[in-house]
Amino acid sequence: MTENINKRLNLKGVSCPLNFVKTKLKLEEMQDKQILEVILDDGEPMKNVPRSIKEEGHKIIKVEKLPDGGFKLLIKKGGRKDG
Amino acid sequence: MGLREDQIERYSRQILLPRIGGKGQQKLLDARVLIIGAGGLGSPAALYLASAGIGRIGIVDSDKVELSNLQRQILHSTADLGRTKVDSAKDTLNAINQDAEVVPDQIRLTSENIMDIIAKYDIIIDGSDNFPTRYLVNDACVISGKPLVHGGIFRFDGQAMTILPGESACYRCLFPEPPPPGLVPSCQEAGILGAVAGIIGTMQANEVLKYILGIGNLLTGRLLIFNALDSSFRQVKVPRDPKCPVCSEKPTVTKLIDYEQFCSLRQKKEE
Repeated sequence: MTENINKRLNLKGVSCPLNFVKTKLKLEEMQDKQILEVILDDGEPMKNVPRSIKEEGHKIIKVEKLPDGGFKLLIKKGGRKDG
Repeated sequence: MGLREDQIERYSRQILLPRIGGKGQQKLLDARVLIIGAGGLGSPAALYLASAGIGRIGIVDSDKVELSNLQRQILHSTADLGRTKVDSAKDTLNAINQDAEVVPDQIRLTSENIMDIIAKYDIIIDGSDNFPTRYLVNDACVISGKPLVHGGIFRFDGQAMTILPGESACYRCLFPEPPPPGLVPSCQEAGILGAVAGIIGTMQANEVLKYILGIGNLLTGRLLIFNALDSSFRQVKVPRDPKCPVCSEKPTVTKLIDYEQFCSLRQKKEE
């Protein structure tokens, strides 16, 4: 299954919580149901960012481990209008 | 979103908040706030508003920094003694955040100049220390429809209320006329605990942030009263007064009044 990716954000080397701040700002610019691809480091970022994304009401539709140890997430924008 | 990389990092802890985000941050950067008085209340208010990235902060104060100010007026330092408070304030705020353009205005507000000054701002903080200015500011804001955040401090007590003209009670709904000169000791004569100024001034900054962001419930129609000795907060409902001298349908105050200066100390100094 291939998803139509609308925006991409490479957050390798970006630490918490700035990686989530950048994800949140990018999602704000997008339309509902659009897909954002985010690349995150393993460890703290993978522990925190997906949870925060879900708390804001967005959906994580795919998580893929990358050969370099990072992760690729596909996020479908949803959630609160006031986010 | 037009936020720079450094702004994203600087404001990250508030961008993270639900209901603020990048859009809320942009509202703060686009906002213009006037602070009347760079003293006990204006100091903490200005510090938090500049730090939060309010785009333009006007500061009106005619005084110079004195040694007895430094116990509570945390914008100013010992090195600022003798400088104008507005210049000292501008330097302090610029050192924290260049995003906040500080507009210093070293004048005493009068019925002649206040309307032009407040016209340039979205919301006004009253951090003045005397009744003539407090009534002048209230009346000018009501007449021009400007939101106003009132704050007052006295010894161990403080109070705050937000006024949305035409919607919520104004200062005259609470106290229709100023007390006669000489009856009430001014702040300078009565004394004040610095932390009380900090709490009330910070409360005023918080009201301004909520107003600009359009979130939460403003302190409208209710007066917040703080007592430092009990560490107690209470709220008193303040309905609009249908006979209010300035904000009722048939106001008796239709033009601005320059009340006499109350503080006998200040009168002596200026003579």
